Amino acid sequence: MTLRESAPRHIPWSEPTALQIVHAHLGEQGPLLPVLHALQETFGYVDPLAIALVANVLNLSRADVYGVFSFYSDFRSTPPGELRVQVCRGEACQSVGGRALAEHATSSLGVDFGATTTDGSVTLDEVFCLGNCALGPSVAVNGQLRGRVGADEFDRLVHPGTSNIGFA
Amino acid sequence: MTTVFVPRDSAARSVGADEVAAAIETLATQRGASVEIVRNGSRGMMWLEPLVEVVTAKGRVAYGPVTPGDVADLFAAGFLDGNPHGLSQGLTDQIPWLAEQDRLTFRRVGLVDPLSTEDYQAHDGLIALRRALTMTPGQICDEVTESGLRGRGGAGFPTGVKWRTVLDASGPSKFVVCNADEGDSGTFADRMLMEGDPFMLIEAMIIAGIAVGGREGFIYIRSEYPDAVATMRAAIQRAYEAGWLGPEVLGSEHQFDLKIRVGAGAYICGEETAMLESIEGRRGMVRAKPPLPAIEGLFGKPTAINNVLSLASVTVLLTHGATFYRDFGVGRSRGTQVFQLAGNVARGGIVETAFGITLGEMIDRFAGGTASGRPVRAVQVGGPLGAYLPPAQFDLPLDYEAFVNAGAMVGHGGIVVFDDTVDMAAQARFAMEFCAAESCGKCTPCRVGAVRGVEVIDKIIAGQDTAANVVLLEELCDLMAEGSLCAMGGLTPLPVRSVLRHFADDLDQPKGVHP
Repeated sequence: MTLRESAPRHIPWSEPTALQIVHAHLGEQGPLLPVLHALQETFGYVDPLAIALVANVLNLSRADVYGVFSFYSDFRSTPPGELRVQVCRGEACQSVGGRALAEHATSSLGVDFGATTTDGSVTLDEVFCLGNCALGPSVAVNGQLRGRVGADEFDRLVHPGTSNIGFA
Repeated sequence: MTTVFVPRDSAARSVGADEVAAAIETLATQRGASVEIVRNGSRGMMWLEPLVEVVTAKGRVAYGPVTPGDVADLFAAGFLDGNPHGLSQGLTDQIPWLAEQDRLTFRRVGLVDPLSTEDYQAHDGLIALRRALTMTPGQICDEVTESGLRGRGGAGFPTGVKWRTVLDASGPSKFVVCNADEGDSGTFADRMLMEGDPFMLIEAMIIAGIAVGGREGFIYIRSEYPDAVATMRAAIQRAYEAGWLGPEVLGSEHQFDLKIRVGAGAYICGEETAMLESIEGRRGMVRAKPPLPAIEGLFGKPTAINNVLSLASVTVLLTHGATFYRDFGVGRSRGTQVFQLAGNVARGGIVETAFGITLGEMIDRFAGGTASGRPVRAVQVGGPLGAYLPPAQFDLPLDYEAFVNAGAMVGHGGIVVFDDTVDMAAQARFAMEFCAAESCGKCTPCRVGAVRGVEVIDKIIAGQDTAANVVLLEELCDLMAEGSLCAMGGLTPLPVRSVLRHFADDLDQPKGVHP
């Protein structure tokens, strides 16, 4: 299996589906974060149209919902690339070449952190620690952790056609 | 039938444990060997991952680090009988690195099938909870206090005192919250415990509920730990099915319900009041204290907030008694700490040992120096808010007070090693940069101070008016330390000042050049 095949399946934005998701969380205490997570898991992002919809159902102001959405770096307002690549920038990874890997990642993909490649294949994100600090530099691809990632391994993981998941 | 253990821990998987497990399964089928593969937690010897263990008459024999390409060779050598091979590490329990530790909180991690309730009980699981059910809440709080246990998240506040405050707070509704937002770089013990022994945390949460009079708990796990989230969710499901959670905990009159909340990429949510805001569905903005969360916490109710390792330690001390636990450690740092050796180390991983071991012993004896083979130049202890220490300070004992007195902190026990290629000016700059990126923005010293800090360090690095700017940086550190609302702005000066104190040469000289 390639990492590309492992990509989460997202569906296009749909208001009825979004409403169902919000309603499914109505019984929870403090439902806003679980709602935003569920919307993003379903659609791959939180559509700007969802802000008013969520505010309406949860009886919050749009400012409240947008304020929470924009505070947390996980939530995005546009569809992600096929691969979400998170490169660890924490100190433990820095100590084993993490800074060089971060530079390689942006130059290899031709995008800055937080951006998606123009062909929509890869979203590059920075992350401060993936909890793999004895096996750095670490990268997560669609949530799957990879350790001891050098420049070559990074390219193998992210570039189309070469991104085989295996270690063999 | 031979039982073979291949870890499911995400660190082991990050270097190929899934592929190794698949290769063993395929080859076993081809060769007609009867093999049961159990996906355990990690033993915490990360340089040996993926570590494969085979159950033999003599005990568990370890092989590592195994690649899928090694598997055929292992079969040929007869690894299913524990026979020698180039990757053989001998009996796991006799590997000196492991044998020299005091594995109390981590005693089951790597040993058991994390999601087996039977395995859990066969390895002393539920003894603490059954004992707690025979005690009054006050007795539990007292025993925790007697053990000397202090918060393992970093602040080091006595756990029993915190629980007593919640117990004494009035109100029918109280909460128990587990802080599993392990955001510090260099730390991964909470993750490994959740992935490797999730029932221990569940048991501890139930005990905390009984001790403080709470019937509901939340575990707040960072989103960067999807495997831990999945394992905890599955374990909670099984705990409900087994009657450990729910309206009648183990058939008693105690009710306890447990939910998972997933963070969303904000380091500050590891600060307890920001975490409460996040669970309530708001921006992770720090609250002013008082009121203490123990009095007015989640949804305004009295709330006990504890780190994963503090909670896990409670099951240890209730299983073996407060005295047993207190007999480990030194001074006011009692029990064991789960240290995490990380960064540029030859042998990284989990070292659980009594407080009091020196930093140098940890680096030389356990870490075995750097992975690069170059000399150690700096060690950051306690995460991004912890100090950088030079080898000249390696005689410091790892205990809360000794570290505070040296202008450092033990924190959550993360130890990140750097070799002599490190540019300490860049590390000081990063401390401010990280604070600027992750500040919640509520208080000015942190929000603005961190940005100014980056600017001043840039000027120092560029050689602009160096002496005056170093004075300015010191003053800024004073302001942030004294004026910030929480530890984010309050402790960011710690790594910065440690660079000024121990590695000043790096700030005076052009980038990348140091003696």
